[in-house]
Amino acid sequence: MLYFGDLLPYSDVFFGGLMTTVELTVLTTLLGVALGTLCAVLRQYGGASPRRIVASYVELIRNTPFIVQLFFIFFGLPSIGVMLTPWQASVIALTINLGAYSTEIIRAGLGSIPKGQVEAAKVLGMTFRQTLTRVIFVPAFEKIYPALTSQCIIVMLGSAVISQISVEELTYAANLVQSRNFRAFESYLVTALLYLGLAMIMRYVFKLIGKRLFSFRESS
Amino acid sequence: MIEFSNYDIIRNLIFAAQWTVLLSLVAFIGGTLVALVLTALRLTRNSILQKLVAVYIELFQGTPLLMQMFLCFFGVSLLGYEISAWSAAILALTLFTSAFLVEIWRGCIDTLPKGQWEASRCLGMSFLQILRYIILPQALRVAIAPTVGFSVQVVKGTALASVIGFVELTKAGTMLNNATFEPFKVFAMVAVIYFLLCYPLSLSSKILEKKFNVSR
Repeated sequence: MLYFGDLLPYSDVFFGGLMTTVELTVLTTLLGVALGTLCAVLRQYGGASPRRIVASYVELIRNTPFIVQLFFIFFGLPSIGVMLTPWQASVIALTINLGAYSTEIIRAGLGSIPKGQVEAAKVLGMTFRQTLTRVIFVPAFEKIYPALTSQCIIVMLGSAVISQISVEELTYAANLVQSRNFRAFESYLVTALLYLGLAMIMRYVFKLIGKRLFSFRESS
Repeated sequence: MIEFSNYDIIRNLIFAAQWTVLLSLVAFIGGTLVALVLTALRLTRNSILQKLVAVYIELFQGTPLLMQMFLCFFGVSLLGYEISAWSAAILALTLFTSAFLVEIWRGCIDTLPKGQWEASRCLGMSFLQILRYIILPQALRVAIAPTVGFSVQVVKGTALASVIGFVELTKAGTMLNNATFEPFKVFAMVAVIYFLLCYPLSLSSKILEKKFNVSR
């Protein structure tokens, strides 16, 4: 019934797709967390209107499906003159998506910093930027690091959807292979396992990075 | 060619949104039932069962929902049964939902001090009695907010059923887009309908969270 032999000739297709997924994930993790950090700072310390704008952005993204966001960006924006390649559209969509979720997560981290520490930094004459980078960010990120990295993995898994706008990532490769050899279940099974492996590797790598980043605190 | 007015687009989308709601409801109820069984399995102190549940969670949380949809759709037909996109979507969403709910509920049960289990056991209560009188009343209060919050993920997850050809809100959006060539308008409307479905759920989850946190 199950026969995986037909998949072997396509191993390079799968590999290419996997690499594209990895590339997209790395890029959007960096961009998304950066966007989330910016929005979280605005939300936590900004004025009334930036707060409201960030809040609406977060709620809007969190309460609509990723696939609709993707379609809106890829199919919808060209009609108001913003032309995007599938690759650009997916990077933007994934970044905006991760940005919204990470805003909430990072904000929780910022909120966990005792107010006294921020005030103390101000009294010591530190500028806002110094306070952020030297007093707030490290303990805040340490606290929310596990949640943030799980969200990055969720976004990686969500990226399967961008096969729908013909970005040649892993799911696209699976679709391609199954349309050539009609081994649909086998193709998708192998692909699902590749995603699973990728998710586990990401978790492991994030753990290593986390240990390195926050190690000096453990020893103190 | 038929002309579509804004009214036609909205009417068609709202009609399709009913399927989104129905799919979400069925998947959420199915997921809850499966998750209840799995949570019960986890609570029995059988290490093999616990490991199996852990693998189940890993499997469905570590793979994309889209893949799960495809596998359900093509996997069942491989066994020789014709399966509709509706059934495949239900199956995939139920499995997906249950995996996340088990994990959420596990967290809630774990927040209760272990001493309570031990104390109840010392008092000579049976496993079911401990669950019924000690654990569940407390765990339910903690669990209700994140469970409602997760239902938003289920509603959003139904959008992926469009990919295997089930006509719900997102699929209706792409079809209307093909007919009207007005993607900006159509997908904006689709997004708004999803938002109207999900935002009340998010909001009530937040309210519930506050309510139960204050009283604790």
